[in-house]
Amino acid sequence: MDIDLLSNIFFAMVRTGTPLLLVALGEMVCEKSGVLNLGQEGMMLFGAVTGFIVAFSTGNLWLGVMLAMAAGMLLSMLFAAVALGFNANQVATGLALTIFGVGLSTFVGAAWVGKPLTGFEPVVIPLLSDIPLIGRMLFAQDLLIYLSFVLFALVAWVMLKTRIGLIVQAVGENPDAASAMGLPVLRVRTLAVLFGGAMAGLAGAYLSLAYTPMWAENMTAGRGWIALALVVFASWRVFRVLLGAYLFGLASIIHLVAQGVGLSIPSNLLAMLPYLATIVVLVLLSRDPIKTRLFAPVSLGKPWQPGH
Amino acid sequence: MSSSTPLARLQLRGITKRYPGCVANDQIDLNIQAGEIHALLGENGAGKSTLMKIIYGVTQPDEGEIRWHGETLKMRDPSMARTLGIGMVFQHFSLFETLTVAENIALAMGRQAGTAQQLEPKIREVSKRYGMPLEPERLVHSLSIGERQRVEIVRCLMQDIKLLILDEPTSVLTPQEADELFTTLRRLASEGCSILFISHKLGEVRALCQSATVLRGGKVSGHCIPADCTDLELARLMVGDAQGLETRHAKVSGANLFLQVDQLSWYNPDPFGTSLKDIQLNVRSGEIVGIAGVAGNGQDEILALLSGEQPLPKREALRISFAGQPVAHLKPDARRQLGLAFVPAERLGHGAVPDMSLSDNALLTAFQQGLVSKGLVKRSKVVAFAEEIIRRFAVKTPNAETAAQSLSGGNLQKFILGREIMQNPKLLIAAHPTWGVDVGAATAIHRALIALRDAGAAILVISEDLDELFQICDRIGALSSGKLSTLANTLETNPVEVGRWMAGQFNTDAVLS
Amino acid sequence: MLLSLEPRGQQSRAMLWFSPLLAAALTLLCGSLLFLLLGHDPLLTLHTLLIAPLSDWYGVSELLVKALPILLCALGLAVAYHARIWNIGAEGQLLLGALAGSAVAVHIIDWESRWALVLVISAGVAAGAAWAGLTAWLRTQFNANEILTSIMLNYIALNLLLYCVHGPLKDPEGYNFPESAMFGDFSRLPLLSEEGRVHAGLYFALLALVAVWVLLQKSFLGFQIKVLGLDRRAAGFVGFREKRLVWFALLVSGALAGLAGVGEVAGPIGQLVPQVSPGYGYAAITVAFLGRLNPLGILCASLLMALLYLGGETAQMAMNLPQAITQLFQGMMLFFLLACDVLILYRPRLKWKWTKRTATQDALA
Repeated sequence: MDIDLLSNIFFAMVRTGTPLLLVALGEMVCEKSGVLNLGQEGMMLFGAVTGFIVAFSTGNLWLGVMLAMAAGMLLSMLFAAVALGFNANQVATGLALTIFGVGLSTFVGAAWVGKPLTGFEPVVIPLLSDIPLIGRMLFAQDLLIYLSFVLFALVAWVMLKTRIGLIVQAVGENPDAASAMGLPVLRVRTLAVLFGGAMAGLAGAYLSLAYTPMWAENMTAGRGWIALALVVFASWRVFRVLLGAYLFGLASIIHLVAQGVGLSIPSNLLAMLPYLATIVVLVLLSRDPIKTRLFAPVSLGKPWQPGH
Repeated sequence: MSSSTPLARLQLRGITKRYPGCVANDQIDLNIQAGEIHALLGENGAGKSTLMKIIYGVTQPDEGEIRWHGETLKMRDPSMARTLGIGMVFQHFSLFETLTVAENIALAMGRQAGTAQQLEPKIREVSKRYGMPLEPERLVHSLSIGERQRVEIVRCLMQDIKLLILDEPTSVLTPQEADELFTTLRRLASEGCSILFISHKLGEVRALCQSATVLRGGKVSGHCIPADCTDLELARLMVGDAQGLETRHAKVSGANLFLQVDQLSWYNPDPFGTSLKDIQLNVRSGEIVGIAGVAGNGQDEILALLSGEQPLPKREALRISFAGQPVAHLKPDARRQLGLAFVPAERLGHGAVPDMSLSDNALLTAFQQGLVSKGLVKRSKVVAFAEEIIRRFAVKTPNAETAAQSLSGGNLQKFILGREIMQNPKLLIAAHPTWGVDVGAATAIHRALIALRDAGAAILVISEDLDELFQICDRIGALSSGKLSTLANTLETNPVEVGRWMAGQFNTDAVLS
Repeated sequence: MLLSLEPRGQQSRAMLWFSPLLAAALTLLCGSLLFLLLGHDPLLTLHTLLIAPLSDWYGVSELLVKALPILLCALGLAVAYHARIWNIGAEGQLLLGALAGSAVAVHIIDWESRWALVLVISAGVAAGAAWAGLTAWLRTQFNANEILTSIMLNYIALNLLLYCVHGPLKDPEGYNFPESAMFGDFSRLPLLSEEGRVHAGLYFALLALVAVWVLLQKSFLGFQIKVLGLDRRAAGFVGFREKRLVWFALLVSGALAGLAGVGEVAGPIGQLVPQVSPGYGYAAITVAFLGRLNPLGILCASLLMALLYLGGETAQMAMNLPQAITQLFQGMMLFFLLACDVLILYRPRLKWKWTKRTATQDALA
């Protein structure tokens, strides 16, 4: 394989992996605090449609991004109110959020399907982007991807090096003890859920404003769900989230590679690959239940109320 | 009144706390002086936990006031309590297993105390000064129970401590470890720190505490100086009518061997669990054998292997046998058919399904008693069976359709034990049968166990409560780090010796012979 | 004024059934507000959505046609959800049922025997069960989370179906449309009456309803499934076979979804098309929860859901509202239901003054 093709593959891998990275980072923080939010798909879609409509109407891409994040947070607030405030089953609430988000985005976006928009363009950094193999991957991307690098570094630093990271981990492991210690468990969890919502909204905006600048029903195509698997794959460790996101990105662009090599496989069959890869990864990672338990936040998905 | 006594460090006046359906604390008064070791005595459910949560700011009282150095204040939350110099060691430790010792302490002390790394030297220093060695960089899940308690205590000592509250601290310690703890506590008190020591064990209260407040049913039933009281006087304060407290059950020696465990070793893949090594154990029909030990020394594992929740491969079937028949490879239902009954340690969530009714919970283990025919549940028979349990074992409940979780601990335990006894077991295995149960229910449960023994069943009791084991068991042994000591006749040993076994001081060669 | 929650201590049975009604009412209220915002007369819109479709017998028969697949899927999900096995894969299992049934049917178009229908239906049921069986296998053998695997299998099933209608199963005489050939008459479910499209699938649905009711309410197997769902450790302690129960629940779930799928292609559609299901498998999730996992409750909820589907179509034609209104209402209803369920365990209290900070107030903070 020649070096140009590889360089292109790496470039496309990061592009495809970025939405997964963004959602998975948000969900990882959320799960670290002990909350399982299955509503990623819904929040992403609502973020995508909001971002698109705003950017299309105002011509301001960044305003679109901001409001997409706000939209994701809005939906996650609903989730927090029902799952944390009212103590509802987190699995069911997450499913409801996804069903609601899919419906809402389709409903709101019905009039915007297929409209053209000029999205984020690549910003090529001179010199650095000429580095062989990895130059284009890291230094010839659009601004949202650079933003994802920054956000990744930020999340990694906060989770691994700061007191906030300790608090989130403590709340997710043993909320009773955390509460007895005086940590505001529900507030920490709510903030983690909101952060997850903002990241999902951002990921949605990346899809509708940069990756394929347009709006189509269900355009996330299960990325919210794949991100959930990704967090399991990463065993809740931030660097593995990055690795996993790009690996999944690679799995989704295999068809490009296949075409590059001259294979012809029906597109519908190729489209199954990321989903198959997700299942394979889940199988490989979950085989050993004890290992999974070792890394998973202990109280993940368990409702908790103060004073019990 | 307060003017005549020196200004107390902590005063509680008329503290009242109501929960739906019960008054947990009713007009409680309490005084603690500087440097005093004060006991808070009471049975399970007497309101001790609620009271200390109020002192520590975890919950707020509905009525009454708290005075700290004479000054009335409202304890908003635990961080306020800590700022005042109040520290607390919980019964179920409030530690985070995935964090290190230093991180746990840093988290509890607040941002201003510094990061985990900055705290490490001070942790070493404090732990050394009070004779509680600790390695700050170790992950908590790799620590023993005793070490975890040290972390909790050191965490309190890191700041300027004025009042240390300990909730049943010795329940997880061997008698020897408890003595070491007392040394530390006396030293702290001599430095001026007040200590509130919560317990229901009379002996240790008398050994350690200068004064005591006794709670019963949410009310103060008396103040006293423990050293001047007999066990019986203290017990009367705790439970009122002290009937049943002094009961000694006759010891017997049993008939034929029923349960035989032969060189049972089991590797536990769970890094948080314990592996079992060469367990040698037998129980005769008509006797009660007790296994003592501090939690986490292999009790859960041995229970899972005996009950069949963790069956062994078929080639190891001989490791466990019932009346000579190998069963180690069988699942729980198959073992039940051979006469096993089992009362697990956790009542809710293991022995009974919390959200299901009592009748459904009766069906849970008694389905082989003709309650199911052709795959369909015979509802009327199930209800009749459940009502029979409720009647015979005096379970207090509105009816058999009440959810298991709405029963008190003691009542639910009577129901679970009754459910097992009604199936006429040849072998009953009971874990912590009276844990968290009020005295009345505990007495009833002990009587039921003795009656079952006298009816000819083999009984194995695993408990952390040495007093209980000495009361009801005919033979006794102890678990330590997955190994079992030899069994001795209860009459020929004493708590001190069993305490040594609990700490692992027994000759393993003797076990094998 | 503050709303505070007090724990009841025990489930309120009245609220158990009142909560879905309250959720439905709140959904209608929110929907009306939405219509008002969009500049439609809320009453008129609700009429178009919920009442107009049922104004004649044809409407009622269409309601039944739409309710059948939803009911079948939701009954299956109820079995799985009782065991706390979160099968989100009814959609994929339905598609696979339709796909397998069609694959058989297009090969026996010329058969003139009752066995043709039996064969087609069996293929659909078996394929649905097998697709769910994959989830069961991944879960019992590899401990893989069933939520994620079943949803991934949905996407795979959809792509498999698309591949088949564009490829191997495409009607060679179909002018290159992505559709299979029309099934032979003997592979079709017979209509029950001259009017409308209600077909013999109704009998299957009623049979399934009774069977699931007996399973969940009367049988010991159902009891074991419930114990497994409520308390996995208790199930292990008495020796209920967890893996077998997981397999059983998922196979039943998949078989019923497969039946729903093959019932669509052998019933009202008559051939395999890409849009076999407008999200029936997902709607069934809402229906299962709304019906409290109780077969009779599910029956009512599936009729309501079918009405929403029907109304969505009417509203699109009559008022040019996006059809996604169906999904939007679905999501809202499920959300409101989960929120209202707080009333089962807690009693709401209105306080006029902020008095004391209590644990239950913290619950709302």
